[in-house]
Formats: sequence, C-alpha cells, structure tokens
Amino acid sequence: MSPATHPVAARDDRIASMFAAARDRGEAALVTYLMAGDPDLATAKAAAVACADGGTDLLEIGMPFSDPIADGPTLQRAAERALASGTTVASALEVAAHVRARSQVRLALMGYLNPVLSYGLERFFADAARSGVDAVILPDVPPEEAGELRRFADAAGVKTVFLLAPTSTEARRRAAAEVASGFLYFVSVTGVTGARRALPEDLAMRVAEVRAASPVPVVVGFGVSTPAQAHEVARLADGVVVGSALVARLAEPGSRAARAERVRRFVRSLKRAMLR
Amino acid sequence: MTTLPDDRGRFGDYGGRFVPETLIPALDELEAAWRAARGDEVFQRELDDLLRRFAGRPTPLGDARRLSADAGGCRVVLKREDLCHTGAHKINNTLGQVLLARRMGKKRIIAETGAGQHGVATATAAALFGLPCEVYMGALDVERQALNVFRMQLLGARVVPVESGSRTLKDAMNEAIRAWVTNVRDTHYIIGSVAGPHPYPAMVRDFQAVIGDEARAQVQELCGRLPDAVVACVGGGSNAMGIFSAFVSDPGVKLVGVEAAGRGLASGEHGASLTKGRPGVLHGSRSYVLQTPEGQIAEAHSISAGLDYPGVGPELAYLKDEGRLTVTSATDAEALEALQYLARTEGIIPALESAHAVAAALPLARELGPGGLLMVNVSGRGDKDVEQVRRALAALAAPPGRKAKPKAARPARRSAR
Repeated sequence: MSPATHPVAARDDRIASMFAAARDRGEAALVTYLMAGDPDLATAKAAAVACADGGTDLLEIGMPFSDPIADGPTLQRAAERALASGTTVASALEVAAHVRARSQVRLALMGYLNPVLSYGLERFFADAARSGVDAVILPDVPPEEAGELRRFADAAGVKTVFLLAPTSTEARRRAAAEVASGFLYFVSVTGVTGARRALPEDLAMRVAEVRAASPVPVVVGFGVSTPAQAHEVARLADGVVVGSALVARLAEPGSRAARAERVRRFVRSLKRAMLR
Repeated sequence: MTTLPDDRGRFGDYGGRFVPETLIPALDELEAAWRAARGDEVFQRELDDLLRRFAGRPTPLGDARRLSADAGGCRVVLKREDLCHTGAHKINNTLGQVLLARRMGKKRIIAETGAGQHGVATATAAALFGLPCEVYMGALDVERQALNVFRMQLLGARVVPVESGSRTLKDAMNEAIRAWVTNVRDTHYIIGSVAGPHPYPAMVRDFQAVIGDEARAQVQELCGRLPDAVVACVGGGSNAMGIFSAFVSDPGVKLVGVEAAGRGLASGEHGASLTKGRPGVLHGSRSYVLQTPEGQIAEAHSISAGLDYPGVGPELAYLKDEGRLTVTSATDAEALEALQYLARTEGIIPALESAHAVAAALPLARELGPGGLLMVNVSGRGDKDVEQVRRALAALAAPPGRKAKPKAARPARRSAR
C-alpha cells in the first residue's frame, strides 16, 4: 500500500483527526497503555475509562501473552496477573467496547501474535472494528511478516501500526513508511518496555529521522515514565506513549475506585505535559 | 541437501522472523555474515580445524552389538556425539557461532540453556576466544542441572537464573531475547537449537550438519549402505536436524524424531510439540507449539531439561507436514529405562535427551528385523544427569505410600504464572 492512500488529514480517519486536533492545540497526543484484565477485568475497565477521563488521546489496551519478549518486568508481571484472572483476547475486546460506549478516545489493541492467531486473524480484526478499536499494534510482527494481517485489518478498517527502533536502518525506515497506517511507533530505547531514568541523548535526532521518512504521525514510547520526560518527548514527536509507569501505579494496592482515581490523576499530569 | 529456507527464512509455512523491530537489523547482519562465511574457505578451514583439534571430531560411528542381538538381529549403529568435547553435539554450533560473532566484531556472547549442555558449550567457545559470556537459565533448570551450572561458572560464564513463567528453557529464551534487544549492538546471541527467528534455524542446522555428513560417510564405510532409518531425539531439534540433513534427500532412509512424552501424551505433561501441538508463533518463528486454545504457550514437561520446550524447529515442522519425518515419543519412564539399558548393554551412559532416541530405537529395530540397519544419534552423554537419574530411580524404588521427598523427584513449580 502506498503512503498516498493514507492521507493524514482524511476526514473519516479518526486517528489522523486526533493527531490533527492535538497539533491544533499545540500539543503532542497522549497515548497511554493498560493491560486488559490487570488485575481483573472490572478494575481494568474502570482504569481504562479513567484514562479516557484523564485526557488520554489514544488508549492502548494490552492483550496478555505468556511469553512477552518485548516487555520488561513491569508489563511481564501485568500479563501474569491478567492471565491469572482469566483474561483472553475476547476480554481485551470487551474492555475496548466498554470504553467505546463511554468515550470517543481512540483505541488500539496491543499484544503478541500468537493469541491473535488462535483467535483467528479475520475474526479478530472484524471483532476489533465492531468493538470500536481504531488500530492494532503487534510488536512481534515486523512489516515483512504482516501481509495477511494487513489484508484483514484493511478489510475491517483497522489501522496496523508498526514499530521502528534506534537500530532501524534507513532502508527499514523506508519499508516501515510504506506499510504505515495510522501512525508509526518509535521505540525510544534499544531495549524492552519499562521506566528509564533518562532518555537517550540522540533521541531528538532519531525522531527527526523517522518523522522525515514517515507519511503518518510518529509516536515515541518505551521508557517514558514521568511528566517531565513526557514533556521532553512531546516537543520532538507527534505523540508520547506512557505504559509501564501507568501500569505500576494501577498495581499499587487500593480499592477499585482508588486505583482508577490514581490512574486518572496520573494521566491528567501527563496530559498537562503534552503542551509543547 | 535441503534447499530451504527461502529468502524470507521460510520452510513452507514455517519459520520467518517474528521479533521486535530492534532485532531485525541484527538478524540481517547475522544472515549476511553467515551467508558469507558459508562460502569462505578461510572460515570453513578454521571451523574444521577447531572441530577436529578442539571439539574432537569426527565422532565415531559404531555397532551396538548387544542391542542389535536383543532387538532380533537388526543392525543398530550409534553416532557418538556424546564423545564431543563438553559432552554433546552442542559444541559444533557454538564454535561456529562464536567464529561468526568474532567476524561481526561482537564483544560479548549471550545464550540460553535448558539442560545446560548448550550453556557449557557456549561458555567453552567464549572462553576459547576470550569473550565475556552470560547464560540465561530457568531457575528450575538451575536446580536440576547444578553440575552444569558449576561447569559454566568454571568456564568463566555468568549464569543468570530466570524466575519468570515456568522457570525452564522457554523462559530462559525469552529472557535471553530481552537481553539481546537491550544490548544488540555489541552482543551476539547464540541460540542453541534450530529454533528462533531466521537465520537461526538454518544456520544452526548448517553448523550441526557435520553430524550427518560424517555419519553418512561412516555408515557407508562400516555397513556398505545407507541406513533404513535414522533416529534422533527432538526438543528444539538441533541434533535431529544435524543428523537428518544428510539423509533428507534419500527417500529410502526413514527419519524418526523422538519427542518427550513426559508423564504420558494424554497427561498434558510432556514436551511433544510436533505430536500434540499446533502451528503458532513462539520465540521468533512459526512452527508447532504447545499452547492453550487461547494461544497462550503451555508449559512443557520432560525428565530431560533439554527436551522440556513447548516449541520445535520450523524445518522439522515442515518435514513432518511433508510426510518426510516420522514423529514418535518416549515417556520419562521409558527414557530412564533406556538410559539404564544402554549403560548395561553397551557401556554408554547417554544423556536423558538421547535416552529418548534409544527408547524409540528398540521397537523400531525389532520392526526392521534381521537385515535391517538402524542409526541412532547419541546426542550427548549422561554425566550431567546421573544425580537426577539416581534420585528418580530412588523415588521409583520408594515403597508406595512413603513417597520420596517431593524435592527429590522434581522441585515444585511456582504456581503463579
């Protein structure tokens, strides 16, 4: 698919319009991540709605996997909790539908390929669209393995987001740009998900390289954990992803309502940091 | 010789590269280095030299006379990978990959290990070239394979116990992949089996093909013909692909892979991915995988830590689907029995992994009967397993009702997943 078929400002493109609106406000888009079913489905639903209330522009709903090779300890433990509470791909779709019934926040499902294959690719994208999901992110599927997946995603009108990394070459940036739909996800660090004390020194240059090659907006994730870091990244990218830090806050003890409130407050503090 | 994989690293529907983007450039770099090395005489000469003068190749192929007599006259020959330096075929691959790592200018080696044989072989090759080495090992396997942990440490490697998941080989591999993602620029990850993302399945097969190439020439010299069947145990499948690769194009040679049936195929506690799994994606490639209906990876079980893996190399999946590979299995009890049997009849204590192949070889030899010729790959030696075997036999001998201490049979798994 050529980049030209994904005009950023297409009127019916909910993801594009979200980025456009953020840009008009002088902000980067805030992307937050929560794991479906962590620690249980009801709490995850409450937290997801709290993310939307707190001002998240796009919410990533994690689908737990037993062997999450791209994740650090925080998200590994979240996946273990979610699996222990019986979470499946269907539960993640249920969280999406729950949020969609209450908010126009953009929704992405994020997870690993194998549970999605088990669910069935065609059925997965159809059900995702029906649940109000705008995009799907599978970090273990690089563009060259995504052919069949993209066909079903396109048919369902769901975006497929691909990742670029600091190790990606110029040729790979071009390859990703060719298949990009919705946005590109730039992994800020050479590593797995999780909080970092500092962002890489060359981040500005690398994000600029990716943005120059990308026909769609570029969000930056992995390692962004504080409003100060989020602000730093917001000045470089079209969007900023915060995942592990939010998951860690949700995991702290407390009632369902207290946890949701903690999530809402943290998201609000991140949202304020999006102003460039 | 097999011409697969294709340029995308596919064996039919299997294989490929399902890994985080961060690793793709490193896989491209590795693939280029491997392809160049294959055609580079200097590289091949250095590797051959190491295999001969350091690893102890060629390993012998010899008759198992008493086994043959027991089986009713089928001639059974054993390929003795247990006589390799460090005690298993694993050294063939780690020497090759360390040479490649050096070629690519990598400063550090990481690896995962189950039984510890691959870890020891990696630590050995890294020591030989003065490269720092870290080996990821499931915490449960650290307990089960204490001797190998100590050997790795003696060789200067750091052993990192992995506490996540089932605390076995698959979790060690997850952690090694994470460590590689984090340090990919200066670190080479030596995968120990014909698993993982392209080019590992093909590259490891190529480094292990020396087993089959030797065995093919040796069996023709010793017996004047090719065998009717070749038997090898299959966890990830590196010793199996190594010996099978030389016979894939000989339709008259039956290829038999023996998986771990653990406590029985019906028990759900086994490592029989080809027999009881279904196609899925694990550790970077598409192949048969033990998994739940929801696509979560199931825990494998085997008395042999090296076969305790819920996946299998993609080329074996392909050969199975093509009808080229016959897949069978042996239980923990059958492997234990076969280990004792080979020890007493042939004076060889095989690794528990290899004992699975021996267990399946007996009925197969009886089937072939007099005039038949069967080759069995004894992939490793049993020194590493003797303590575990002693405990398992003691537990079996304990009078009913007075169970041996649970820890003696098998340490309890952490229940939380």
